[in-house]
Amino acid sequence: MGRTRGAGYYNLDEFRHAIERMPAEDYLRASYYERWLHSVETLLLEKGVITAGELRSGHASEPASAPRPRPGPPPAVVARFKPGDRVVTRNVNPIGHTRLPRYARGKSGVIRTVNGPFLLPDSNAHGRGPDWQPCYAVEFSARELWGDGAPAGDRVCVDLWESYLVAERKK
Amino acid sequence: MNEKHDGDHHHDGGHSHHPEPPSDVEARTLALESLLIEKGLLTSDEVDRIIDAYEHDIGPLIGAHVVARAWVDDAYRQRLLEDGPSAVKELGYDHPAGTHLVVLENVPGRHNMIVCTLCSCYPWPVLGLPPTWYKSAAYRSRAVSEPRSVLAEFGLELPEEVAVNVWDSSSDLRYMVLPERPSGTEGWSEEDLVQLVTRDCMIGVARPQVPAGAVSG
Repeated sequence: MGRTRGAGYYNLDEFRHAIERMPAEDYLRASYYERWLHSVETLLLEKGVITAGELRSGHASEPASAPRPRPGPPPAVVARFKPGDRVVTRNVNPIGHTRLPRYARGKSGVIRTVNGPFLLPDSNAHGRGPDWQPCYAVEFSARELWGDGAPAGDRVCVDLWESYLVAERKK
Repeated sequence: MNEKHDGDHHHDGGHSHHPEPPSDVEARTLALESLLIEKGLLTSDEVDRIIDAYEHDIGPLIGAHVVARAWVDDAYRQRLLEDGPSAVKELGYDHPAGTHLVVLENVPGRHNMIVCTLCSCYPWPVLGLPPTWYKSAAYRSRAVSEPRSVLAEFGLELPEEVAVNVWDSSSDLRYMVLPERPSGTEGWSEEDLVQLVTRDCMIGVARPQVPAGAVSG
């Protein structure tokens, strides 16, 4: 299943987004790997690699289209934040794909490590071109996320792309 | 946890936006496979090789070996924490290029646990196929919001003074937990230590257990 992604017909973010686009009822009913199958079928059809008739018959009637060129190597990017910096996540509700989990939107956290650059999924899932960004492990206290009932010392760490974050204003 | 098995679902039709009329998942998979082979995008050798690798070579024993080595060799432990993929390769295992691995060390007072709330990202190269519960909606949501209850259901009751750090694998990084070496295993060989390191210990929902009677002095 991963082989057609390896061939360059679609990327991992498109693969995930095709699962997210499943009707909720189908998504909830399907097994994990059935979702993968749905995503591969959907993307190969949308990209013109296969046709609906071929998928029904299981036999090829025409050659596959050419894969897209792969993104080049990442450029050098300068990270805006460093470990220890306080940041706030944006409170946004995009219609398409994102890797900013809903529970971590509009929350205050601390940069733990600086990683990447990685391709911004929000752009990569929608064919909007490569957007390489630093990605940070951002630590949130459980209380910031879940309220004062959460244990004081517990933490949740989430990997977040730079454009999901703004610097926290000094108090 | 609420186990959801991969086989027990049905696709009754009519409302689906799916390109295919509802059919058996296995039949759909085989049709797609034969189609891609005819298109020259896949070979049956490749399919066999991948299945064989995950059935025989790639599994939690790789992670267990890495953990046991880190327990007996402090310099290796340092290298593992600094550069996961290189340390895995050092033991003779394949770690795919471009796949990131970050190893999280459990220490007294801090317990790490991994989840992927948005899909089910998992460190396949070192742990193999993810367990079904790891991919369930219940684990994915509750691991971040009430990790201690989830751990208790796995039989791990952590005292309040042990902080729980949950790592949500939302990016290209994959995480694996380096559990604490259990007391009573001083002097054990790496081979014996490997037996204590389960998949669940490296996800962070369990701690290595020394079987009763196996403690040596």
